Amino acid sequence: MKRIASYALRMILYFILVAPLLLFIAYAFSTRWFFPQPFPIEWTLTTFQRAIDDSRTLSSMAQGIWIAVLVSLLSLILALPTARVLGLRKFRGRQLAWLLLFLPTVIPPLAIGMGLNILFLRIGLAGTIAGVVLAHIIPTLPYTIFTLSSAYARFDENYEFQALALGASPWNIFFKVTLRMLAPSLVVATLFAFLISWSQYLLTLLIGGGQVITLPILLFSAASGGNPATIANLSLLFIAPPILVIAATARQLNQHGNEIREQY
Amino acid sequence: MRDKSIFTPWISLAPALTVILVMLGASLFYAIAESLGFISVIGQGDISFSAYRATLAADSEFWVSLGFSLWISITSTFISSVIALALAVWLSSRNKESDTLALNWNLAFPHLVFAIALLLFLSQSGLFARWAASLGLIAAPDQFPILVRDRFGIGIILSYIGKEVPFLTLILLSVLRSQSIRYDVVAENLGASHWQRLRYVTIPQVLPALLAGDLLVFGFIFSSYEVPALLGVGYPRALPVLALRFFLDPDLRARSEGMVISLIITLIVILVAVISLRIGERQE
Repeated sequence: MKRIASYALRMILYFILVAPLLLFIAYAFSTRWFFPQPFPIEWTLTTFQRAIDDSRTLSSMAQGIWIAVLVSLLSLILALPTARVLGLRKFRGRQLAWLLLFLPTVIPPLAIGMGLNILFLRIGLAGTIAGVVLAHIIPTLPYTIFTLSSAYARFDENYEFQALALGASPWNIFFKVTLRMLAPSLVVATLFAFLISWSQYLLTLLIGGGQVITLPILLFSAASGGNPATIANLSLLFIAPPILVIAATARQLNQHGNEIREQY
Repeated sequence: MRDKSIFTPWISLAPALTVILVMLGASLFYAIAESLGFISVIGQGDISFSAYRATLAADSEFWVSLGFSLWISITSTFISSVIALALAVWLSSRNKESDTLALNWNLAFPHLVFAIALLLFLSQSGLFARWAASLGLIAAPDQFPILVRDRFGIGIILSYIGKEVPFLTLILLSVLRSQSIRYDVVAENLGASHWQRLRYVTIPQVLPALLAGDLLVFGFIFSSYEVPALLGVGYPRALPVLALRFFLDPDLRARSEGMVISLIITLIVILVAVISLRIGERQE
């Protein structure tokens, strides 16, 4: 009896966790779902079709993906040398370096964005993709560094020495030994840097200033007064990448989950 | 050679540190300059504390918003912790990977999307209102209680609870599952009741982690904009909403006040983070 109750409770918990997705699907793919009807009766693809045919939706998604790709690549390039030193070396000031690199996780995006807004206006980066990319790096970089430095902490440098002794060039060692050994963490770090950028609303708003429109910007304005079907469709498009990433990294999430969630 | 070895780590750290420190430093510099009314963009050069005085005046909306923000943050954090504690204690009895996965699934919904889901669930023409109507509990949409975009921030609090419960539960689960000895089982064998085990064994075990997590959650909620902007009302407004509205105001005096509020939010959040860090250190 106790086991059945526990099982039922578990199912209820899982259901609550999935419920938002089901809700979006119900609103996105139904038609003529009038007020007191408890569930949709007629199903349709037309609103979804209209949402993805809309050039504003498409361009916002393309822009968001482009920004997120640039952001994750740049964070990776900036993070790799830093993470290596933090993961493998003990040196004076290491604690201080950690503290400084993690400042962006403490300072609210609101404050960062408002200050940068003025700076970027002056140097001509406001309203440009380059400006938005630079701003997005602030929240993604600490996370990328953290993931990669814990990977480096488990990394055995002797493999690199081995390759060196066997006559490999530094370039070859980096690509064929180092990167390959770090590959799983590299993938996780890149994917989540992508997601943090993809779902960034406030920094995009403050730096993009209405010129750079990504999906969260579109979704926010739709949610402030659009019709439920449109909102649900945009929401589904917005959460598709996170869902794919979670499915792809389910295993690693158990290790790295806490740091990621903080950003979300 | 010895000198070199001191500096080499910092050469590797330089790119990332430079990017972060330059951007944060510049952002802070301009925030303070703007808050003091020193706006070189339009050529105003007078430094004054008038924005600070206006913000902190006794009849300023700032105080209302501060109270509202504290109410939202503290209530959401407290309720989330209680639910998370109960969930974690229950789920820790079995090490099921599907539980962790289900809780991680919450990552699929960024705060913005979760708030939107709540809007579709709880608004007066939302799903729950439809269910209430088809069960005959209400006759028209406007008889459904106002749960989102309400004066008390109920919708905002519910949205945060929905996001923070999985977050805190996972933190607590990882603490409970990392214990090498199941002290609660030991206590049970020694004759402790359910309640005694919870009160004297489990809660003291997870309290430092829970407290540190709570402070993170509080800081996040206190400083975030999207959820209160979407699920809140025009008055009272949460502090970040007030700050951004002032900042985007065409009136440049309002802009300075927006900056002042944003700086105050930052100060409070940093204070909370320092306390959280201290607790985390003591734990180690």
